Amino acid sequence: MVKKISLIFILIAFLFTSAAMAASPKMGGTLVFGRGGDSVGLDPAYETDGNSFLVCDNIYEALVAYADESTALEPGLAESWDIAADGKTYTFHLRKGVKFHDGTPFNANAVVFSIGRMMKDRNVKFVGKGWDIPPQERPPEYWVSMEMDDTIGSIEAVSEYKVVFNLKRVEAPFLANMGMDFADIISPTAFMKNPKEFLRNPVGTGPYKFTQWIKDDRIVLTKNDNYWDKKGGPYMDKVIFRAIPENSVRFLELKTGNIHICQFPNPADIDMARKDSNLKLPTQSGMNIGYLSFNHTKEPWKSNLNLRLAIAHAIDRKAIVDNIYQGMGQVANNPIPPTMWGYNKSVPGYKYDVELAKQYLAKAGFPEGKGLGEITLWSMPVPRPYNPEGQKIGVAMAADLKKLGITARIVSYDWGTYLKRQREQPDDMDLFQLGWTGDNGDPDNFLAVLFDGLASSSVRTQWHNEAYHNYMLMGKQTVDQAKRTKIYEDALQLIFDECPVIPVAHSTVIWPSQKKVMNFKLHPTGSVRMKNVWLDK
Amino acid sequence: MLSYILRRILILIPTLLGVSIIVFLMLQATPGDPAELLLGERATDEALFEIREHLGLNEPLYVQYGLFLKRLMKGDLGETIWTRQKVWVEVKQRFPATIELAVVALCIACFFGIILGIVSATKQYSVFDYVSMLGALAGVSMPIFWLGLVFMLIFSVNLGWLPLSARLSIDVDLEIITNFYILDSILTRNWTALKDVLWHLIMPAVTLSTIPMAIVARMTRSAMLDVLRQDYIKTAKAKGLSQFKVVFKHALRNALIPVVTTIGLQFGVTLGGAILTETIFAWPGVGKWMYDAVMQRDYMVIQGGTLLIATLFVVINLCVDVLYAIINPRISVQ
Repeated sequence: MVKKISLIFILIAFLFTSAAMAASPKMGGTLVFGRGGDSVGLDPAYETDGNSFLVCDNIYEALVAYADESTALEPGLAESWDIAADGKTYTFHLRKGVKFHDGTPFNANAVVFSIGRMMKDRNVKFVGKGWDIPPQERPPEYWVSMEMDDTIGSIEAVSEYKVVFNLKRVEAPFLANMGMDFADIISPTAFMKNPKEFLRNPVGTGPYKFTQWIKDDRIVLTKNDNYWDKKGGPYMDKVIFRAIPENSVRFLELKTGNIHICQFPNPADIDMARKDSNLKLPTQSGMNIGYLSFNHTKEPWKSNLNLRLAIAHAIDRKAIVDNIYQGMGQVANNPIPPTMWGYNKSVPGYKYDVELAKQYLAKAGFPEGKGLGEITLWSMPVPRPYNPEGQKIGVAMAADLKKLGITARIVSYDWGTYLKRQREQPDDMDLFQLGWTGDNGDPDNFLAVLFDGLASSSVRTQWHNEAYHNYMLMGKQTVDQAKRTKIYEDALQLIFDECPVIPVAHSTVIWPSQKKVMNFKLHPTGSVRMKNVWLDK
Repeated sequence: MLSYILRRILILIPTLLGVSIIVFLMLQATPGDPAELLLGERATDEALFEIREHLGLNEPLYVQYGLFLKRLMKGDLGETIWTRQKVWVEVKQRFPATIELAVVALCIACFFGIILGIVSATKQYSVFDYVSMLGALAGVSMPIFWLGLVFMLIFSVNLGWLPLSARLSIDVDLEIITNFYILDSILTRNWTALKDVLWHLIMPAVTLSTIPMAIVARMTRSAMLDVLRQDYIKTAKAKGLSQFKVVFKHALRNALIPVVTTIGLQFGVTLGGAILTETIFAWPGVGKWMYDAVMQRDYMVIQGGTLLIATLFVVINLCVDVLYAIINPRISVQ
């Protein structure tokens, strides 16, 4: 009996230790990440493409950071921050003892330099001598398109570890913006050595440091042994980002074990990955929306709500998600993803109901489509994270509209022309597909940017609605998140009622990886963070 | 001879000027805008204006072309729109990869193509002739894209003999000097790297060689057949010369003229075909680079790259013409 009990104890103890061993990260190894293209550059202020940012994510850090699998804000290079009562002054208390990869210290001057170099009017103050920031090589695109010059008035280093941002206006998403890639902190010393070449010789404070770049082939990062956060990684010796343009070849490289993670595989390969015992499928709902919008600058779309509702109820979005997204997506009820705060759960989404659609169409004054004539349906020419095959989706939508008696002609251009002509809201555009991938997890970054046409002529939908515009203004100017949540929920209800766009789908991101890749988590913003990833031998 | 070569080099200047004007005008006529593509969905009017201003796209056409020419006179191909790098530097990084691939592919194509052509011609209407010409027909017709994937499935995935893609394994170190990896590994006496580089070259080079190989084989066969019917071949045979001497010394030399022209032209075709091969095999060369530039409307890359390829074409044509004179001394340079 005693023998039996002790045997059980030994067994339990063994199970516990082996479980603990499996869970404890192992040091060393090289991880190879396979992706579709090379990075353009590695200066976060000037990049616009995902392939550049996902390498920057491991070299640099910003003042605030996003949580592991959401956009909840956490301290980054700033340990804490205070917001003044008027909502216009942000004071960041910086982490001490952090060093850039070149050995220079991270401090308030580095923050002033990194952010200040993007400002049009360099309204900045350093502690002591500081730097004479060189003129911009080109406009920092993200900074300009996020209208940061209209938000930030001045940046001051108050002491070595304290920075104050004085805003021109109350801007609730400001803190979330400071977690984005463009707001990463760079080494001023490294930048000043050769400003023109910094994008090819990046120096930050992140868990991995830049080592080598063979254009269109690979970027090699090595472990930063002096990383400030001793709690987690970096665990691996090297991370290599390899460019393998062809999706099926990239997947074959994964299957044969030459790479560890395969970005954007063909949907058809996912099933094969599922059956492979050496692979697993990290999955994340993408922070994006693919939508179909109306041309709000022309009639009948501009003021005929019934017509818009008829189209909304005519389109079988579930069939589109099942067949064209091949299950890698979910039907959208709201134009923001369900993982985002401010999402309105009580909005049911437009039900696919041909009879109801026909009734709306008759009420709109176009019974069985009579009097509407042939309409154009602009369909996207390129796959985007939120829309895998625009033209196939266009054909499916046209077939759905045919059931109401509406004839829709598919129109498409090359991507640049599509974007350009769409902005001009031409008369030959009735319906158009487009979408968005979120930057910072703030609903303002979807709802104001995409639908508040009264705020700017750059808003692609050009929907002009006074009540909605007021919601957006309130949302920006209210700092309290609970109040903002309510504002955005109301705004989403208004969108559902007024139907300025038809939200089609949020895509799901699946990047198969080797089983031995541990702790790799996909982030809703699409960023790739290797800090806590380790390789099981 | 020397003055002829000099004259040909001088003709290069108006040729390239013409090429640059045509490319520039075609780019302007092509819809699409690099600023729109850089900013994508998030473009605002202000950001678009600023970036266009910075890139000089708001200037009138003749000013843009004038600036391009002015830089070109100084030997400067300008700076790329996307990667903010001197076009010349980008070229230096990528051209060696393509040239290495194309030259090896062309060598394979010539070697096997000429041998197949000769044997087919000397054994006309034999089983070998039918089989090799059928193979040549298949070689011309098979899309590189498909063939590359089939090779990968057979030789990498199933048999595990050859690496799938890239120029060099992740765990092999090579000090890069010229970007010609074969040369670099020889210069640094890094034999491990040399073996790895050659190993990586086999599959893409064979894939890329199929079309030129087929064309060279067919051309050699028909040229040889033509020559073998000539009287002097009969004389040679009547003299009692061995079959080997008749074919290689008397027939082949005369048959080679059209073949050399074909090979010269095929070099250009190989560079074109490299776009597909480079995409499938993740080969960091100039083909994929140019293709991306067209998709992204990176005008500077397209202009610079096209000029360079045009120069290469003209130089190869010149070499072919000079080769004529060497192969067949009866052709004198006028």
